[in-house]
Amino acid sequence: MDFFLIAELVINGVFVGLMYALVSLGIVLIYKTSGLVNLAQGALAMTGAYITWMVGNYFGMPIWISIPAAVVFMFFGGVFIERSALRRMIGQPVIMAIMLTLGIEIALRGLLPGVFGAAVKKLDIGVSPAPLFVGDILINQSIMIGGVVSLALILSSLAFFNSRYGIVMRAVADDQTASWSVGIRVEKAIAVAWGLAAVSATGAGILWGATQGVDWSLSLLLIKALAIAILGGLDSIPGVILAGVIVGVAESLATGVVDPFVQASTRDIVASVIILATLLFKPHGLFGHEHIERV
Amino acid sequence: MFYRRAGIRHTRYEDERQLFPLTFDRVLIIAILVLLLSAPFWVERLYLVGYMVPWLIWSGAALGLNLLMGGAGQIHLGYGAVIGIGAYTSVHLVRFGVPLELAMIAGGLMSALIGSIFGAAALRVKGIYLAMATLAMQYIVDFFTQTKIISGGSLATLQVPPVSFLGISLKGDVATYYFCFGVTFLIALYMLNIRRTSFGRALAAVREKDYAAQILGVSTYRYKLLAFWVSSFIGGVVGSVLAVAYLRAISPDQFHLELSVQLLAMVIVGGLGSVLGPFLGAALILFAPIVLNNALGAAASAFGTDIPIDLRAHMPLLAYGLMIVLFLLYEPLGLAKIYDNFRKYLLVWPFRHAQK
Repeated sequence: MDFFLIAELVINGVFVGLMYALVSLGIVLIYKTSGLVNLAQGALAMTGAYITWMVGNYFGMPIWISIPAAVVFMFFGGVFIERSALRRMIGQPVIMAIMLTLGIEIALRGLLPGVFGAAVKKLDIGVSPAPLFVGDILINQSIMIGGVVSLALILSSLAFFNSRYGIVMRAVADDQTASWSVGIRVEKAIAVAWGLAAVSATGAGILWGATQGVDWSLSLLLIKALAIAILGGLDSIPGVILAGVIVGVAESLATGVVDPFVQASTRDIVASVIILATLLFKPHGLFGHEHIERV
Repeated sequence: MFYRRAGIRHTRYEDERQLFPLTFDRVLIIAILVLLLSAPFWVERLYLVGYMVPWLIWSGAALGLNLLMGGAGQIHLGYGAVIGIGAYTSVHLVRFGVPLELAMIAGGLMSALIGSIFGAAALRVKGIYLAMATLAMQYIVDFFTQTKIISGGSLATLQVPPVSFLGISLKGDVATYYFCFGVTFLIALYMLNIRRTSFGRALAAVREKDYAAQILGVSTYRYKLLAFWVSSFIGGVVGSVLAVAYLRAISPDQFHLELSVQLLAMVIVGGLGSVLGPFLGAALILFAPIVLNNALGAAASAFGTDIPIDLRAHMPLLAYGLMIVLFLLYEPLGLAKIYDNFRKYLLVWPFRHAQK
């Protein structure tokens, strides 16, 4: 086995994994505050990428305007989803709320390619497609920049949780009733979590859109993001970074090392296998807190 | 007024325990059955094969999924994969020369086995985790059905040889229709009766609060797994019916996540936990996109505007998603509940206040 090939796969896998982790950051944010898993996260990433492309293409805006425009739009889009749909589900079984997010995912996946056309759109954020050579190792530049930006965004979300409003959100995550009793507006915190989740999805959507083009397949990021969120424990942000790196490297190695032996594309099931293995051996993930149910 | 409960006095326990205690309901059911049984004589062949047969098959599949989701309260996002396992198992057996009757049961058993293995893994955790475990199942099964041994590759199709059921060849449209009708009728009958058995009651207890059921002495794990087993078995049988009676040539992409999403939408739109629901849901989910598409086309030609082909192609997905969202928000128990409200209204009409 070639050392350089492995090193190349691992390095690219780390960056790809960090880009996946940015999608699952939103899942973790929503799970922490409201205790449900957002299955629309992949579609939100796709929506963010489509909006960025639309602002650039239909209104002729440069990329440094269209990205902030998409981020602001998606923040309010996320708040709107929470306010108009999820808040009505409070008190219903959690399964209902999950199916609602799945319904949103399906609808968005039909709406955006339907309106803007199903062909792959090119989203140029000014990263050259030429690969970068470090010695004998070849690194995909757009993936490297995407990974670094993702890491920076995830770390800044950690910093956000130490700010004043971040502490409010941590209180809501800890105990909703107790936060209510000290005057925290729980529903507002959940709405902000949805907004931030949509923003992180948009960031990931733009980075992935720049790498592989914008089309419906961006919503497939959902399954990788779920794998990362579950492996990381669903309520831990450092867990997302570590699990993202693990999933990215595992996927990259599966493509480069396992595929030639089995003559099939194993890339797509790595995330699924990780989900199942986590649930079998460590259901609450690497950093998750065990949920104790009281009768 | 239209029909009533007053004056109907059940004097024996058996009378009260029958499936449809009200005469009107019995008459209605018999009328619908007669309509369906005589359908080949008054429905055009094209509609019989293109609309009635898929409606019956998809209703059967939705009934199976509804046992798990509405009956036991366990979410399953990979039911399309379960159907795929049944379809591929039975088609391979039929190609080997095994009679269809046995191949159907074998397909069901294979689906039940694989479905329960994933279920057993997933049932260590619940709720949201179960959703993701079944989603993972969908992708893993997809991967295996795309291998050369099972399907011949991701783009290959597998022809179903001519088959016969109980000595009747399923080549003709009418025989196929009655075959699908029979299978779905049996599944529906099973679902109607299951609620009156200890199994059905145990599932209801598990659905409402699983640890409360455990305290009452209902083995939660056992019944959840049993629900997975039964529901996957039905899925497998329906899968083989789908393959031999409707698709007649199967390829892996017919059993992808889209099928699971379609069935999920049918169950939610139709009504969780009801037997009538899947029939209504299947009709709406299967035909609404067609009707919408035709309406869009007609509107486009009437107003002289052009509707992009992409929009029309993505109309079904958009419609499924919106229907799931709107039903969950405004009528979480689906079309069956709307029918039930209407029926209750008629039961006491014109004395509305007598309802409570």
